[in-house]
Amino acid sequence: MKIHEYQAKRLMAERGIAVPEGHVAASAGEAVAAVAPLIRAGGTPVVVVKSQIHAGGRGKGRFIEYPDLAGVNVVTDGLKGGPEAAEAKVRELAERMLGSTLVTVQTGPAGKPVRRVYVEQGVAIQRELYLSLLLDRSSGRNLMMASTEGGTEIEEVAAATPEKILRETIDPAIGLADFQARRLALGLGLSGEAAKNGVLFMKALASFATDMDTDLIEINPLVVSEDGRVMALDGKMGFDDNALFRHPDVAALRDEGEEDPAELEAGAYGLSFIKLDGTIGCLVNGAGLAMATMDTIKEVGGEPANFLDVGGSATTENVTAAFKIITRDRNVRGIFVNIFGGIMKCDTIAEGVVEAVEQVGLEVPLVVRLEGTNVELGKRIIDESELDVVSASDMKDGAKKIVEATR
Amino acid sequence: MSVLVDKNTRLLVQGLGNAGRFHTDKAIAYGTNVVAGVHPGKAGTTLRFEGETDPSGVPGRPDRYQLDLPMFETVREAAGTTGANATVVYVPPFAAADAILEAADADLELVIAITEGIPVQDMIKVRRVLHCSGTRLIGPNCPGVITPHQCKIGIMPGYIHQGGRIGVVSRSGTLTYEAVKQLSDVGLGQTTAVGIGGDPVNGTSFVDVLELFAADAATEGVIMIGEIGGSAEEEAAAWISANLDKPVAGFIAGTSAPPGKRMGHAGAIVSGGAGTAKAKISALEGAGVVIATTPSDMGAAMVTAMQRAGKA
Repeated sequence: MKIHEYQAKRLMAERGIAVPEGHVAASAGEAVAAVAPLIRAGGTPVVVVKSQIHAGGRGKGRFIEYPDLAGVNVVTDGLKGGPEAAEAKVRELAERMLGSTLVTVQTGPAGKPVRRVYVEQGVAIQRELYLSLLLDRSSGRNLMMASTEGGTEIEEVAAATPEKILRETIDPAIGLADFQARRLALGLGLSGEAAKNGVLFMKALASFATDMDTDLIEINPLVVSEDGRVMALDGKMGFDDNALFRHPDVAALRDEGEEDPAELEAGAYGLSFIKLDGTIGCLVNGAGLAMATMDTIKEVGGEPANFLDVGGSATTENVTAAFKIITRDRNVRGIFVNIFGGIMKCDTIAEGVVEAVEQVGLEVPLVVRLEGTNVELGKRIIDESELDVVSASDMKDGAKKIVEATR
Repeated sequence: MSVLVDKNTRLLVQGLGNAGRFHTDKAIAYGTNVVAGVHPGKAGTTLRFEGETDPSGVPGRPDRYQLDLPMFETVREAAGTTGANATVVYVPPFAAADAILEAADADLELVIAITEGIPVQDMIKVRRVLHCSGTRLIGPNCPGVITPHQCKIGIMPGYIHQGGRIGVVSRSGTLTYEAVKQLSDVGLGQTTAVGIGGDPVNGTSFVDVLELFAADAATEGVIMIGEIGGSAEEEAAAWISANLDKPVAGFIAGTSAPPGKRMGHAGAIVSGGAGTAKAKISALEGAGVVIATTPSDMGAAMVTAMQRAGKA
């Protein structure tokens, strides 16, 4: 689960991780109200107005409605005109940003609507660094990565100057050790007060990741201010969905407006669903089989409309919901049900499909391939239902049949 | 011969809720020697399993079975009393890591964790503990391990398996079934089929299982089924190249997966250009592995690999 920057910064601040002060605003009025207190507290009349969407690249992103307007704007009007000038500029920016659609490298051409902006203190930046925490799959441990190249995508740094990426693997019995944090700070060229603050920041962030079950934290940039403070100027955070049960406070931060409605509905039924651009709807059990079904459809000349894994413990009701979600996609011109029952029983799938067709009808060709636990029972349910179903002997046969039927 | 489990396996079951009971019943029907159960609040009772014997399982048994499975509060007590040497974990995700740790603490040789959805941070700690113990973990989020006609542990349908010459190792449950059925259909059969699970942090890697198959005289060839995400397949390719003189066939799921999206399995994600199906396929082909272009071609790919090695 992803959260917004302002939410990530609030969580970090609550745990003593340094971030600039800021206020989230859903209206221009709220944005303006944030300015004077920030200027008073920050000692600088500079503030920043940042679009809050679940996608990176906001600084370089532009609005569809205002092609010259960036997703992140530094307001320096206060330097000459005082707080009133800053407020006026913030009002003008917020009025244009809120409700408009921001396009970044990560949103796709359709962009994402900006429903909130974050108004933040300006920071007198001395250096911009990069810091992240992620899973190192080969060691099965958390990994802290740092780089002097703040503000640049880490993938670009890895490609161009891999020697500039510093890594420390974290022993779960110890956490990030002092010496590791010091080694990173040294590698980043921090000294004096900044080195001390950097070590504190990194140790706190490493604890945060394990305590809060994040699956990714990316601080880009991590900044060193002119007075030696080390703080997160941006904060991208994702959480392990499987651990949200022990973090109700984090689960409450979910912004469903940022997620695909079909994927949300699928999630509510325990289905793993990803919308794709093709024409053949897939209903499959098991993630590997679901992926392989998409691959096979492509291999025989079709394009999958979705990834859908009904999982191992789905009920007839869940399968019915899955079928409805697939048929609602207007691009879908045929449906391929591909089941190899293990935990999942073929009769459950068959009942769910029959039930769904009774409820919503069937306007496109349907190919069903059943194998595994209770396969005979499942086939009998389909046969006795008098549904217009084409049976397939195996996955490739099924993929071919559905691709032909939709031509 | 086989790897990990056979007719001498004495199985303990942790977590006998609905799913645990259903699959324990199927395992007993198959002929697996299930000796004890651990479930909160059930200590001192027995749980009855009865029904018709699965004819595809252990041969030479009566047509019906009836077993009163003794239940215990702790793994140590259950293992101590019954001599269990392996355990299967059906415990729900929030308590599954603890169940694995308890099994390791009781010095069981083998833990097979079926549970899907264990938090990653929990598995990081589990792996740290197992690193310093003699317990081997298979999974989590896996279908289990089966040695046909001897021992079935997990959630795979027993009847598709046929004793034979090929070792199966896979990150995906349902794709394992595809491979197994095709190997049975082409007459190669399986020595043991091992599901290592779809999670990003698991107990046993492709390389670990390949080492076991390499050392098993009955295993003449291996089929491995991988998917996008991580680098376990690339590591396996390097190991095969350097160490394995048995024919290998393979399939990698996720050729059509869009980058950055998590395809069901927590571990199946292509990020920053790493972990793609293409890279994995080319690494495996470089190691001489015969790659099936679709899952329906896995059996045929294995036959090809065996023929090339002069074994078919």
